[in-house]
Amino acid sequence: LQQQHEDLSAKKLRLTKPSKSAALHVDLCKATSPADALQYLLQFARKPVEVESVEGVVRILLEHYYKENDASVRLKIASLLGLLSKTAGFSPDCIVDDAINTLQNEKSHQVLAQLLDTLLVIGTKLTENPSVRMRLVEVACKHLTDSSHGVRNKCLQLIGCLGPVEKGAAKEAESQAARDVQKIIGDHFNDQDPRVRTAAIKAMLQLHERGLKLQQAIYSEACKLLADDYEQVRSAAVQLIWVLSQLYPESIVPIPSSNEEIRLVDDAFGKICHMVSDGSWVVRVQAAKLLGSMQQVSSHFLEQTLDKKLMSDLRRKRTAHERAKELYSSGEFSSGRKWGDDAPKEEIDTGAVNLIESGACGAFVHGLEDEMYEVRIAAVEALCMLAQSSPSFAEKCLDFLVDMFNDEIEEVRLQSIHTMRKISNNITLREDQLDTVLAVLEDSSRDIREALHELLCCTNVSTKEGIHLALVELLKNLTKYPTDRESIWKCLKFLGSRHPTLVLPLVPELLSTHPFFDTPEPDMDDPAYIAVLVLIFNAAKSCPTMPALFSDHTFRHYAYLRDSLSHLVPPLRLPGRKLVSSPVSPSIAPHEDPSQQFLHQSLERVYNLQHLDPQGIQELLEFTIRDLQRLGELQSELAGMADFTATYLQCQLLLTKALQEKLWNVAAPLYVKQNALASAAAKQILEETYKMEFMYSGVESRQVVIIHHMRLQAKALQLIVTARTTRGAEPLFGMCEKFLQEVDSFQRCFISELPHMQGSFVDKLLDLMPRLVTSKPSEVVKILQTTLRQSTFLHLPLPEQLHRATANIIEPTGESDNPLRFTSGLVVALDVDATLEHVQDPQGTVKVQVLYPDGQAQIIHPKPADFRNPGPGRHRLITQVYLSHTAWTEPCQIEVRLLLAYNSNRSKASAKMPKSTWSESLETLPQPENGIEGTIPFSKPVKVFIMPKPARR
Amino acid sequence: MPEIKVTPLGAGQDVGRSCILVSIAGKNVMLDCGMHMGYNDDRRFPDFSYITQNGRLTDFLDCVIISHFHLDHCGALPYFSEMVGYDGPIYMTHPTKAICPILLEDYRKITVDKKGEINFFTSQMIKDCMKKVVAVHLHQTVQVDEELEIKAYYAGHVLGAAMFQIKVGCESVVYTGDYNMTPDRHLGAAWIDKCRPDLLISESTYATTIRDSKRCRERDFLKKVHETVERGGKVLIPVFALGRAQELCILLETFWERMNLKAPIYFSTGLTEKANHYYKLFITWTNQKIRKTFVQRNMFEFKHIKAFDRAFADNPGPMVVFATPGMLHAGQSLQIFKKWAGNEKNMVIMPGYCVQGTVGHKILSGQRKLEMEGRQILEVKMQVEYMSFSAHADAKGIMQLIRQAEPRNVLLVHGEAKKMEFLKQKIEQEFHVSCYMPANGETTTIFTNPSIPVDISLGLLKRETALGLLPDVRKPQLMHGTLILKDNSFRLVSPEQALKELGLTEHQLRFTCRVHIQDPRKEHETVLRVYNHLKGVLKDYSVQHLPDGSITVESILIQATAHSEDQGTKVLLVSWTYQDEELGSYLTSLLKKGLPQST
Repeated sequence: LQQQHEDLSAKKLRLTKPSKSAALHVDLCKATSPADALQYLLQFARKPVEVESVEGVVRILLEHYYKENDASVRLKIASLLGLLSKTAGFSPDCIVDDAINTLQNEKSHQVLAQLLDTLLVIGTKLTENPSVRMRLVEVACKHLTDSSHGVRNKCLQLIGCLGPVEKGAAKEAESQAARDVQKIIGDHFNDQDPRVRTAAIKAMLQLHERGLKLQQAIYSEACKLLADDYEQVRSAAVQLIWVLSQLYPESIVPIPSSNEEIRLVDDAFGKICHMVSDGSWVVRVQAAKLLGSMQQVSSHFLEQTLDKKLMSDLRRKRTAHERAKELYSSGEFSSGRKWGDDAPKEEIDTGAVNLIESGACGAFVHGLEDEMYEVRIAAVEALCMLAQSSPSFAEKCLDFLVDMFNDEIEEVRLQSIHTMRKISNNITLREDQLDTVLAVLEDSSRDIREALHELLCCTNVSTKEGIHLALVELLKNLTKYPTDRESIWKCLKFLGSRHPTLVLPLVPELLSTHPFFDTPEPDMDDPAYIAVLVLIFNAAKSCPTMPALFSDHTFRHYAYLRDSLSHLVPPLRLPGRKLVSSPVSPSIAPHEDPSQQFLHQSLERVYNLQHLDPQGIQELLEFTIRDLQRLGELQSELAGMADFTATYLQCQLLLTKALQEKLWNVAAPLYVKQNALASAAAKQILEETYKMEFMYSGVESRQVVIIHHMRLQAKALQLIVTARTTRGAEPLFGMCEKFLQEVDSFQRCFISELPHMQGSFVDKLLDLMPRLVTSKPSEVVKILQTTLRQSTFLHLPLPEQLHRATANIIEPTGESDNPLRFTSGLVVALDVDATLEHVQDPQGTVKVQVLYPDGQAQIIHPKPADFRNPGPGRHRLITQVYLSHTAWTEPCQIEVRLLLAYNSNRSKASAKMPKSTWSESLETLPQPENGIEGTIPFSKPVKVFIMPKPARR
Repeated sequence: MPEIKVTPLGAGQDVGRSCILVSIAGKNVMLDCGMHMGYNDDRRFPDFSYITQNGRLTDFLDCVIISHFHLDHCGALPYFSEMVGYDGPIYMTHPTKAICPILLEDYRKITVDKKGEINFFTSQMIKDCMKKVVAVHLHQTVQVDEELEIKAYYAGHVLGAAMFQIKVGCESVVYTGDYNMTPDRHLGAAWIDKCRPDLLISESTYATTIRDSKRCRERDFLKKVHETVERGGKVLIPVFALGRAQELCILLETFWERMNLKAPIYFSTGLTEKANHYYKLFITWTNQKIRKTFVQRNMFEFKHIKAFDRAFADNPGPMVVFATPGMLHAGQSLQIFKKWAGNEKNMVIMPGYCVQGTVGHKILSGQRKLEMEGRQILEVKMQVEYMSFSAHADAKGIMQLIRQAEPRNVLLVHGEAKKMEFLKQKIEQEFHVSCYMPANGETTTIFTNPSIPVDISLGLLKRETALGLLPDVRKPQLMHGTLILKDNSFRLVSPEQALKELGLTEHQLRFTCRVHIQDPRKEHETVLRVYNHLKGVLKDYSVQHLPDGSITVESILIQATAHSEDQGTKVLLVSWTYQDEELGSYLTSLLKKGLPQST
């Protein structure tokens, strides 16, 4: 009889909710054993449920829940309830009561825990409903006395996530409840189960994250938890202490076993420092990380972290650092004899030695020596953050950072070099420190060396010996690793300009000039000589007496380098060389760079001369483009800007040229062949516009409009050319349609920009739109042609910063004559090393292309981990490309190049729109434009010899 | 009262021939069995006759534990097991078991072949001895017999060095052996969990030293070596074949590679290959870096370090030589030292601790003229440097370990008495635990207060916890039950079950008490008044008025009768079982105060 009844209800449901729910219900009823039912539920859980039927499904599940005797099935149902309430668009209001009711008679702890989890999900979906939240919290509080840790765990989690955090005078009762929540959670700090203790602390932290101000009273409780037996409790407790120290930094807490009192943040700092020598490395990492963000700590405590009072046989001993410093300050260092003995000095009073202070003593010394490199890295990071906020601490921690340059793990070394760079404004390196720093230049890892070059760029050196040492080491580095050339030159540029007075006495030695004898002229192409010159010229910039020391050839070399490496060699005021020094005349405002002025002037010229005869326009454009390109080569900082505008002018030039073609005046059938120029121009403009849009970083929406506009013009041109050359209106019809759609979408995307485009092509086109839509293709073409000719040239506004994405393949060099041999059918790995500049999101866009001699092309997507980010705007790609081919008889060259992939979905115009409408607009506007994907080659191709050999049998 | 007895046979207020006897809960364990570097007579081995004058040692010892392969911790082992006679189990870790026989054989060769001693253990004896060894893994609990169990923790002193926890029932002792709390180039740091032993036996070599960071030490070392080599001098580094040697090799190897130095580095032969072989094998015992990178390159495959030949010592030009043994007391290192001592360009770097009486100790303490065998006087002109590379925990490290393990007592061995004194005072002051430092042969007795585990029946536990709040580990809780002591085990069961098991019938014990109350009213009225009174006072209890005229408070019965002589006095009969003693006595005292004046 019962069977019948269920069938009936199933039918009823089928009427209202046709899909899922009914099927599930039938399945569940069919289940003969719990195992069966579980299977059905598992299957059910694999498929998503539509929003409309969620409620129905929930009801069925609940119904079944009450009937079910087996705990595992109930558990699964409970978890399904949670899963279902997560369904997007479903509001779980309606099932709150039912879900709470299920808790009532539940005996199994596991199911209870799962149900509470479900309630948590429901509660998080209904955050705007305080009454529901209060109810859920009450339910959770009730179950806090459960004997199972799992249930208590979930209860605490729920209270933490949903407990009331609002405060204010208006809601007195609420704030009362809030206090209760803290108390309730606080009571569980002493739970017998470590998991519950952890959950309690986490819940407390959750409350803090949600904006509840924790009470200071729990500080002492939290301190006790630091001595817990379990690492997860300690780890969470450290976090809690940190939070409290940030909330109440200035409160005063007593020191136990004495009558003294200290600031809370200092006390907390000491306690966290203590945890840096905890038994568990997880806690150590946690503690070391948090130390970095405790900037309010008083300097006295901070400096203790680097102090570890040494002793030997109960006599005070100075650390090697102290000794080094003393030797240095006594001037003994340069004698080069010995490093002084570390004989222990004065006797220590045994009573005064405190071996295990609760204070911060030596926390960083321990952290930096830790066994696990994770801890060391965390400690270095913390050092960095603290040093940035305290110059005196920066000075003190220098020795330790320098020591870390010799760590056995590369990551740690790298991290400490970066850290040092970040704090380098606050410090001056001593010679012995510089010595250690420079020793790292021989490191075989390129990352490390480059990081070190960066560091040297912004380091202050105190003596001329230091400069000399640095130069010698850098030159050594250069001979050992010639690929570091650029980076070393750049490093020396900064080194020179920072320390002109220190370089001055070194000049004769460096240039090997002699007061009486002429010395042979050095080889101008020697990278080492260039490096020396870069150092000297940059120093000479702010040291007018230096050029007097130069010999004749030095001046010649200056002129050469100033021209060929203008980004490294500054303009100098040299005696007898007025031409060179004139640009730096004080009449020009310092911020107005002459080259920038030139750029703007030439652009002005172009834009102003709107109504010149076509021939004149063409010539002017050609000149300007040439000027701009040259400017870009000379001035690296303006290169992006110049190239960008040059490209734009190029497009305009092409368009003008195409429109000047005679073909327009002749009858269509006569010049089928001659249209090559016009259609090629259209194609090239299209390509160039994509380059402009995607290859430059810093392009703003104002520019995007212009670019799109240019593209639209190119498309119009294409249409006209096609119309001219094809017979019959059939294909034209579709094309016109498409074009009009594009105009439409252009209007939609850039509606806000349209007012700025008076008199432009699109402006005129939009005026004619009603006519266009109704007219025939041939007429459309005619209209387009006239508008295209009449439309004015749009002014391209320049953004503040514009950089062109560039890539340079360092490896393979393409110079090797030895072919890479491998057996055909197998793969060979080719190491590719490239630097990328100004590429946004390189992980997603940069691809490697391999072109085989047979025309076969292969595109490889490098792994995200292959990209490193050595500095802002710069990336490095170090990856391996797998090559394979069938056997060849002779070695042949393949081409490797980098591509920049673009996708107009990602274009700036669409990214600008709000996210919610974004997906809709995609659906409603199935524009072909939106889906265009392509690649732009942006590096010089490199040729690699390879030779696949036939496999030996 | 249960006690733990500790008697050091060696290493008590001394460094060398570590050998400590521990009796714990009736089990006797010997920790380490080492020799003393400073002596060549009978004093070099521990005095095993202390354990027994006659009879097999096996009968008196349950097991022997060797912490690591250094000879001052295992050098006397073949003598002890084969010549004195011990057949019980010997425990050590796998690397120790692998490397120990090599060192013993080396030691035997030097003593017998070089010095011509007789009556020393033979190679066969070493082999036989090693057959008795049981190897253990880290953190593996080994059941020596039914009650005694041991567990090894990582000690970081040398490859395979371990700390051992010895546990009988609830009493436990941790023996640290030698350990190092700061990681180095090839080993990690010692680690122990919060095992709260009754006694921690810790080494205290550097009891009065707090060392500089290891990076400074490393840099100093490299700098000294580099300078000497650039000057064209020769550097002698006396090391023990295994342990520090490998660390320094890794250090120099990487430095040589980085600085592109050409001066040759030699390692005295014989032991090298075998030793490095074992280092390559036991990668899991090394530090994080080596463990992680060994797939690309095993750090123990040295490129720059070559085997040493005796003839090389006379070669001109700079060189670096690692030679054994580490304290310059014999062997190759001493030979080379004699050759090079005269040149002030040369340098000897002592990277470790030197026992009193060795040449190493003499030159370190500043002696410039040494009396060698055969009345020769050797003048030392070469530079003598000391770099503390030996991997012992310094004072801070020892304190850190104590903090980690939280022992109830600490006992210091393997150190000098004067220095121990200082550390002892510090430990007592900061951890408030008692600390001992017995001399050799002196017995320390520690009284323990072990907790005794009792099995409780689930029914009883549930019943009792249902009564009270949740159990709290931090607070003792009162519970009722019957403790049964049977077959050497304790059980806590409910009284009913205990009765059943013992075949006894339950007797009920009731207390009755008469309380006289002056009340002229009728009996049932008195009863009613009493009822109302009690109901008013005992709000939390169930007070009932039964139809037969009696009152029950929980299970306590109260009846009222008129006094046979004086009708004005009512006699209240209060009766309760002994379980309700508390409530019953409270009730009588309450009733004795009389009833409140009725209104």
